[in-house]
Amino acid sequence: MADIKGTQLIHEYLRHNKKFPHVFCAGCGHGIVLGSLIRSIHGLGLSKDDVCVVAGIGCSGRLAAYVDFNTVHTTHGRALTFATGIKMAKPNMHVIVVMGDGDSMAIGGNHLIHAARRNIGVTALILNNNIYGMTGGQCSPTTPSGSFSMTTPAGQMEQSFDCVELCSAAGANYVARGSVFHVNKLDAMIMEGITNPGFGVVEILSPCFTQYGRKNKFKSPVEMYQALKKKVTPIERFNEIPEAERGERVPSGVFVKKNKPGLEEKYYEMAAMCQGGE
Amino acid sequence: MSAKNKGKSKVTIFPDWCKGCGICAAFCPAKVMELNDQGKAIVVREEDCINCGFCELHCPDFAIMIQPKMDDDIPAVCRDLLLKKTGGQVAGESEESNKEKG
Repeated sequence: MADIKGTQLIHEYLRHNKKFPHVFCAGCGHGIVLGSLIRSIHGLGLSKDDVCVVAGIGCSGRLAAYVDFNTVHTTHGRALTFATGIKMAKPNMHVIVVMGDGDSMAIGGNHLIHAARRNIGVTALILNNNIYGMTGGQCSPTTPSGSFSMTTPAGQMEQSFDCVELCSAAGANYVARGSVFHVNKLDAMIMEGITNPGFGVVEILSPCFTQYGRKNKFKSPVEMYQALKKKVTPIERFNEIPEAERGERVPSGVFVKKNKPGLEEKYYEMAAMCQGGE
Repeated sequence: MSAKNKGKSKVTIFPDWCKGCGICAAFCPAKVMELNDQGKAIVVREEDCINCGFCELHCPDFAIMIQPKMDDDIPAVCRDLLLKKTGGQVAGESEESNKEKG
């Protein structure tokens, strides 16, 4: 596997006994994230047995079934709790959690903030498509106010969550935001998130045409990608733009990068100390 | 990444895996791909490909593969020998044929 790259590389890491093409709709960004995850793990030179991918429920939950690592498909919102257990039992395993926005911030919101507070050494990829895609297009905690969904036909009136601010405030070690249009940057972010100690969060903006796009006057998946290209701004540039002119722009890049040791490192240190003290 | 690489790569699209989202055709800087009447991507101007890698990175269905162009003047037998010597650079092709057998 030394020379191969691109799609050939991705095909090496897929479970070909599963049905392909995968289950995601045409133009869904989750497939791009899957490719990016595979490239990042290959780029870090990790062996397949040293990686554990934990996924919850939702469109993003299907992602774990397709990759040839240790994978767990868990209950809704509880992916982080399973991952915490795996990381504590096997601290050398690279645990990567793949969650959707509803999975991580609605039903699993509590687990997300506490995983960030504990600073457990897992990497969470939050695939934010602004809607509950699999169950029929209900509005989620990240549906922007003013946009339409199946359950908010006259427009969402609630405020939406900002995943990056939530995780930074809760104390995560590494917080970044990328998009599926800027894949090379996303690869770098995922790689950095895996290598950084402690809890890492990478929020990935991924368009959902089937449920979100059709209700919000996007004519094709391509238009959603064009909008993403326009909207996502690097954080350095975003700070230069005056607040009144920002409009719909979303900052992307690395927001928090700390080097605190993770919970599992502290735990094994304490265990060694207690055993030595006897 | 530049005009220097123009025409040096071979673009393959797996029609079974393509879902016809149109991202490759819309964003390709050299307009190599187009959608056919079934809505799936096809390669129309392969010689214009500048090997930027956008389509390969952004295809959500892993349906596009870009490889360096093989010289078609080399007879097939010699090509196989060459491939064996280099460790089978077109691994995808040989694997597919193995799968069909098994």
